[in-house]
Amino acid sequence: MSGINDHLVIAPVILPMAVAAMMLLIDERRRTLKAALGITTLAAVLAIALLGLGDSAAAALREGEAARIYRLGDWAAPYGIVLVADRLSMLMVALNSLLALCALVFSLARWDRAGPRFHALFLFLVMGVNGALLTGDLFNLFVFFEIMLAASYGLVLHGSGEARIRAGLSYIAVNLTASFLFLVGVALIYGVTGTLNMADLVRVLPGLAGDDRSLFHIGIAILGLAFLIKSAMWPVGLWLVPTYSAASAPAAAVFAILSKVGVYGVMRLSLLLTVPGAGAPAGLGQGLLVLGGLATIAFGAAGLIASRSLSRAAGFSVVVSSGTVLAVIGSGDAKALGGALFYMVGSTLACGALFLVAEVLERGRDPGSGADTAVFDDEYRDPFDDDERNEPGLVIPAAVAGLGAAVLVCTLMIAGLPPLSGFVGKLAILDGLIDLGGVNGWAIVAALSLSSLGAVIGLTRLAVSAIWTRDTSAPPLVVGAAEATGIGGLLATCILLAVLGGSGLTFADSTAGWLINPGNYAAAVLGDPGP
Amino acid sequence: MIEIVLALAIGVLAAAGSWLLLRPRTFQVIMGLCLLSYAVNIFIFSMGRLRVGAPPVTRSGLEDPSLYADPTPQALVLTAIVISFALTALFLVVMLAARGITGSDHVDGREPGS
Repeated sequence: MSGINDHLVIAPVILPMAVAAMMLLIDERRRTLKAALGITTLAAVLAIALLGLGDSAAAALREGEAARIYRLGDWAAPYGIVLVADRLSMLMVALNSLLALCALVFSLARWDRAGPRFHALFLFLVMGVNGALLTGDLFNLFVFFEIMLAASYGLVLHGSGEARIRAGLSYIAVNLTASFLFLVGVALIYGVTGTLNMADLVRVLPGLAGDDRSLFHIGIAILGLAFLIKSAMWPVGLWLVPTYSAASAPAAAVFAILSKVGVYGVMRLSLLLTVPGAGAPAGLGQGLLVLGGLATIAFGAAGLIASRSLSRAAGFSVVVSSGTVLAVIGSGDAKALGGALFYMVGSTLACGALFLVAEVLERGRDPGSGADTAVFDDEYRDPFDDDERNEPGLVIPAAVAGLGAAVLVCTLMIAGLPPLSGFVGKLAILDGLIDLGGVNGWAIVAALSLSSLGAVIGLTRLAVSAIWTRDTSAPPLVVGAAEATGIGGLLATCILLAVLGGSGLTFADSTAGWLINPGNYAAAVLGDPGP
Repeated sequence: MIEIVLALAIGVLAAAGSWLLLRPRTFQVIMGLCLLSYAVNIFIFSMGRLRVGAPPVTRSGLEDPSLYADPTPQALVLTAIVISFALTALFLVVMLAARGITGSDHVDGREPGS
């Protein structure tokens, strides 16, 4: 008889889903009730995720189980769908919950009433991301991806207005195409191997030969392309910046993690499906990942220097951090991968915070807000009535100093400069890559250094023009209490990551070491006898 | 014989869908997405292999799995059809809103040259 403790693995998926479904039954005007439900749910999910994170870290130290397996319907592994809560999954679930909670708190100031059903959509997005991160089955991953994408389509349109709808149209078209590619890849993999379970693929892979092997490679390539579209790799990621800069601020902040779900998919596939006896890098497609990652970093850095608004710069920062992690996955080095995991956490939080800060700084001038031309009048309430334009609820004094500090922290994190955790992560990556040597290693080192330079140039120039040499005709800077709490929560976590850098990096390194060997994952899932 | 027909059908649908997806008018884009979804769904279904005389329902006493049609691709297709149908409906609504708000059905939101 399993206790409630065993079911905590599925709680990050079930809890937001149940609460969001219930929220839809509540009248749209009871906004405080919905906000309270949303905040409580996300706080609970964050608590469960942090508990799970601590639990898996402790379990791994004891050389015990490094992954918690949850069998849906109690069907054994290759036949049924399993949820795998290993250290990477729990880390990303905790990251997602924290980012979502802070973005939701930010939205309580004004944005949650800019359109209908914001809280329900938000919780469905969190559910989809958590499910995608926890699942161990390829088609279940597709379903959770679709839930996450469907909620994101709703959130990107939140607040209405011409710029958002135009951006939303291309966002939806690109992602629908990526979903079709996902399906083709998964179908090919199933047709060749007969299984959809990721751990079972590790077991089946060495036995494939000849035509089957080629078809499997084609399936993985197409599936990988779908993930790379989602993680905004250079030629297929051009949709990201226009979409994220047009979306409303709390939606854009939580979208920062969507690209990391794509990176997570690439990480799982590339690390699980290594070709035996092929030397390093041995994972499927790793050479192409290095090239793609380098191109993405270059594109993002150039965009950072070229962008003329802080929200576009935040979008390009997301691209740079995706490219960094993709290139490091491609290099195949365990130490660099540990650094990349630590860097990914810090940079995602910083990108989310930058979207929120950008909205506050550009308030009154942001282009996406034209809600006076909303198409459906009966449901939308214009959030930007002139008399409310600069009154986001309870106002915090000394906003300018706080905002300046916030932008500074974001710049340090994204550029990877000391003393914050962006530097710790980047240094760990560079350390691992320099040890690796070779063309790959040095090319990525050069790209990372130049991207830091680009981030510093772009972000400080925009910050100076937004705060210090601010136009006197621009509206005065005001920050609501909810907005300050949201931004402050994200930045406090960034600083906390720097303080706990040692233990965080140790955790990331041990996770990367566990991931590099695919036998660990396969043994954990397939060998699990269960209670 | 049937394999060629099926392969041609998937190929033609995918090619037509991809071409339409790259066209400048939103209605053509959505038609392209529909055709692509037909191609992908038939493809997923055909991953269960084309066989003659493999019923989907088992008969008691004859529970050998190799005698029957593979149910997993059929389940995958059902899920894929439902998801893509819902998202096509969503895309239609966004397309209508874009037409209403921009006054143009061009995918860029404004007529070329303006």
